[in-house]
Amino acid sequence: MTATDTAPAIVPSFDTPSSTGRKLAIICSKGSLDMAYPGLILANAALGEGVETHMFFTFWGFDIINKKTMGDLKFTPLGNTATHMPQGLGGIPGVTHMATSKLKKSIADLDVPEVPEFLEQIVASGGHLWGCRMSADMNHLTEDDLYNEVEAIISASDFIEKTEGAQLLFI
Amino acid sequence: MPVTTIDNRPVHVNEEGFLTEPAEWDESLGTALAAQIGLELGDEHWKAIRFLREDYATRGETPTLRRVTVAGGIPTKDLFRLFPSKPAKKLAYVAGLPKPHGCV
Repeated sequence: MTATDTAPAIVPSFDTPSSTGRKLAIICSKGSLDMAYPGLILANAALGEGVETHMFFTFWGFDIINKKTMGDLKFTPLGNTATHMPQGLGGIPGVTHMATSKLKKSIADLDVPEVPEFLEQIVASGGHLWGCRMSADMNHLTEDDLYNEVEAIISASDFIEKTEGAQLLFI
Repeated sequence: MPVTTIDNRPVHVNEEGFLTEPAEWDESLGTALAAQIGLELGDEHWKAIRFLREDYATRGETPTLRRVTVAGGIPTKDLFRLFPSKPAKKLAYVAGLPKPHGCV
């Protein structure tokens, strides 16, 4: 015992006025496995802290919510010096597949879900998913092509309007 | 670490108020901790709290929300309804355990 007990009780302040009403907007513009996870992890963390969270999927980020690709995002060491592998290796056939499998295993080992299940968890936590209108039009995709829980395909200005006052992350 | 009085007994807590000695916890203290943060516990709350206590006892760390859903069988949506805004932290607090360390 290093201190004596005194009233009032020490209680965590979970619902401080400064934390209520906080909003976060995350723009996901990349469709590789290693660039999908940062947005998903941060969205999940923000929701767990009671932050209203909106994700906007645009350009290559559309792969994260496209039913055809969402379960099959890839990772390549090519052009990524942070893998500390000789860059020439990245171009050899099969290396992307190998690197993807290895990264997926490392992620699964941490009990972190695959992309579709992660989106499901984000939605169950109250997160909002939006598809980018221009990306959909460019790729001739409609809401039917997207993960069911995507609320709508909206324009960039609609997204900016919906996230008024939010903190913003561009990934 | 400071000592605070909850449920008419002294308990060891960290500077935020989370219990530092899980063994000092029992269900009556859990009810009192919940009241401190404005929660009244029902059967659904207890199912989650008991899972947390059991999982901590076997694994030595507070389960993340995802683990409460996957291994404890309690849907994420329900956890947000039962422990609004910050379910993982509120659940850990009421269960007398440290905050979960996992990111997901």
